[in-house]
Amino acid sequence: MTSIALQRALKLTLTLAAMVAAWEALCRLLQIPAFLIPAPSEVVLRLYEKHDLYLIHTWITIYETTAGFLLAVAFGIVSAAIIVVIPRLRDVVMPLLLVAQLVPKVAVAPLLLIWFGYGLFPKIIVAFLVAFFPIVVNGASGLASVQPELLDLGSSLQASRWQTFWKFRVPSALPEIFSGMKIAVTLAIIGAIIGEFVGGNRGLGYLIIVANQELDTALAFAAIFLLSLVGIVLYALIEMFERILIPWHAPTEPLTTGGRAL
Amino acid sequence: MKARAAAIEVADLYKTYTTADSKIPALDGVSFRIDPGEFVSVLGPSGCGKTTVLRIVAGLTAKTSGVVEVDGVPVTGPQRKIGLVFQVPALMQWRTALQNVLLPAEILGLDRAGSRMRARELLNLVGLAEFSSRYPRELSGGMQQRVAIARALAHDPAILLLDEPFSALDMMTRNQLNIELLRIWSERRKSSLLITHSIPEAIFLSDRIVVLGPRPARILDVVPVPLPRPREPSVRLSLDFLRIVDRIGRLVGLEYV
Repeated sequence: MTSIALQRALKLTLTLAAMVAAWEALCRLLQIPAFLIPAPSEVVLRLYEKHDLYLIHTWITIYETTAGFLLAVAFGIVSAAIIVVIPRLRDVVMPLLLVAQLVPKVAVAPLLLIWFGYGLFPKIIVAFLVAFFPIVVNGASGLASVQPELLDLGSSLQASRWQTFWKFRVPSALPEIFSGMKIAVTLAIIGAIIGEFVGGNRGLGYLIIVANQELDTALAFAAIFLLSLVGIVLYALIEMFERILIPWHAPTEPLTTGGRAL
Repeated sequence: MKARAAAIEVADLYKTYTTADSKIPALDGVSFRIDPGEFVSVLGPSGCGKTTVLRIVAGLTAKTSGVVEVDGVPVTGPQRKIGLVFQVPALMQWRTALQNVLLPAEILGLDRAGSRMRARELLNLVGLAEFSSRYPRELSGGMQQRVAIARALAHDPAILLLDEPFSALDMMTRNQLNIELLRIWSERRKSSLLITHSIPEAIFLSDRIVVLGPRPARILDVVPVPLPRPREPSVRLSLDFLRIVDRIGRLVGLEYV
């Protein structure tokens, strides 16, 4: 890590630490009841007490999110490719996708329960449904964003459709596909949680429902904390893949001028 | 009977763009000829349709009527015997300079080891031997355009088509690249068609200059450039050079004197 990145990380950590300290202090000073807002120490204690239980539920949610997300990536990129490569299909597929996107997925989740039962599968489907759209839209716009001169060069060399697709379109699209994936992964978590809210007996979403019913606010906070952690880790993983796969896109070294938005 | 086929033969070329509610004439009976190994420029004001000429010769745009032949063969579509350089470098950002130059060989399925050697030679020819593993964003605009020229030569095309390749560059870089292009052309002797709106650039590089008028483009005159080759950069200060500048200037409505 460079000294600038280190400095930035330090600043962030200090700010977070200050916020947690203020939260703890306020809870103690004002004697806020734990069922309203638990102090951070209580949340940590709760996390520690039943850590193996939380680990299982966290793992379930990670599994649902990742499976839904990966399905969305696979189907999303293939759909985007079809839309771009076969323009005649675009006029039919795009409006259909838009309509599908306008259907609120939360409203569909109970139906999935009827169709697919209480297992993990309906949760994966909800995660997939909400993550799918940004990948298609970003993928299609990325695949269409090739420099026109490159396409001219390709046709001048009589490149095949296949060559044009793999040599020009896919690499040009990668930056946009990755920004689509970053949006999609955060949505996929929300999808998995919605699925768990609606029905089931596993996952962090289920844990939050149980905590609410028992007025165990510390437990709910613990679950929310773990959820956020899952989100951050998955997001960071995608950013890491982005850096590895498209090193030409963003400078790998942080700008020395500083002041760049995180 | 001609002794050999022209590298490029354009006769009575018409092009009309048809939109939903109107017809826009772009080329109005353009004719010229480029012999093998010749360097010819098409010069005209912005938006007069000179790029359309190049695109039709390249087989990327369909003509409305007229004759367009490359190597004696009528142009019906894209042809691999042509190397293209655009106004923008149009390099693939995800590939190094060398990998960019290798693209045509990959698409044509040429032998790998041989094309790598040729690509290195070409980067050497355009003066970028030390930059072969750099990415485009690490190169200046002028260097990127040099890579584009090397790429255009990579599959050893018979003909080089250059579409205002230096118009996005600053004057100093442009001057430099004019000199470079002249040297590259002298070494490879590709039959070349340059589209430009710079009078000195056209004169410095060409054997003949096809001067087009404003849209729809008609040929105002074909001006020969009798300056001896090899040409030194200083030729641009000679009286003969300036006389041609003046002649073309009068044709296009610029008075220098």
